[in-house]
Amino acid sequence: MNLEFNIEGGNFSRAGHASSEVKKMLKQLGIDARCIKSIVIALYEGEVNVVAHAYEGRILVKMEPHKITTEIMDKGPGIADIELAMQEGYSTASKAVREMGFGAGMGLANMKKNTDELTIESTVGEGTTVKMVNYF
Amino acid sequence: MKVSELIEKLNLQVISGEKGLDREISGAYVSDLLSDVMGNARENQIWITLQVHQNVMAIASLKDLAAVILVKGLQPHKSTIQHSNEEQIPLLSTTDSTFELSGKLYALLNDSQ
Repeated sequence: MNLEFNIEGGNFSRAGHASSEVKKMLKQLGIDARCIKSIVIALYEGEVNVVAHAYEGRILVKMEPHKITTEIMDKGPGIADIELAMQEGYSTASKAVREMGFGAGMGLANMKKNTDELTIESTVGEGTTVKMVNYF
Repeated sequence: MKVSELIEKLNLQVISGEKGLDREISGAYVSDLLSDVMGNARENQIWITLQVHQNVMAIASLKDLAAVILVKGLQPHKSTIQHSNEEQIPLLSTTDSTFELSGKLYALLNDSQ
């Protein structure tokens, strides 16, 4: 089963909407509660990253027996140095975004901690694709 | 302890989300960094914060938190109130600072165990 969502860059009022829908769906399917918690954390961070940094994005959730793959693809500025971006505390978020309590440089670290596999591919000036896999 | 008992004991103001006042509290988490709460808060905890925008309620809902307490008499945005009612997660307010409220809540939850 697959789910697909669109994310609007810059629109914080919608941030978390896709994560909430995915959470409901996974609960209905009776997926392990701990696994749902992890996926929701990782997906929310991914969603917020698109809202905070990109122009638009798309989320694809693919559910298979014992495996959930989440892909977040955006059109945006891309990440120049992925290794640096992965460092806790490093952020390029704007002042306005930081004042909301986002942009603490914890998002990608949260994603890594809560997924079994995390792959990030990015082209500066084009966009970023994040792929996360959770087994349960 | 239920959210409703906590309101009475700490003299909190209920702003919205009254339908969730029966929620049982497992503890509390204090942070104004949203990713910190997202990564570390646990189900049924109370979240103490000074952030007043609606993303607070989105996180409270995703994390199944028991309630949110805004400190220092800070007022939430209208969209935050709306979201709190929709999700039936109480949004509470205190004039205490984060330090004062956390101290009181810590003592209260420890005593009740």
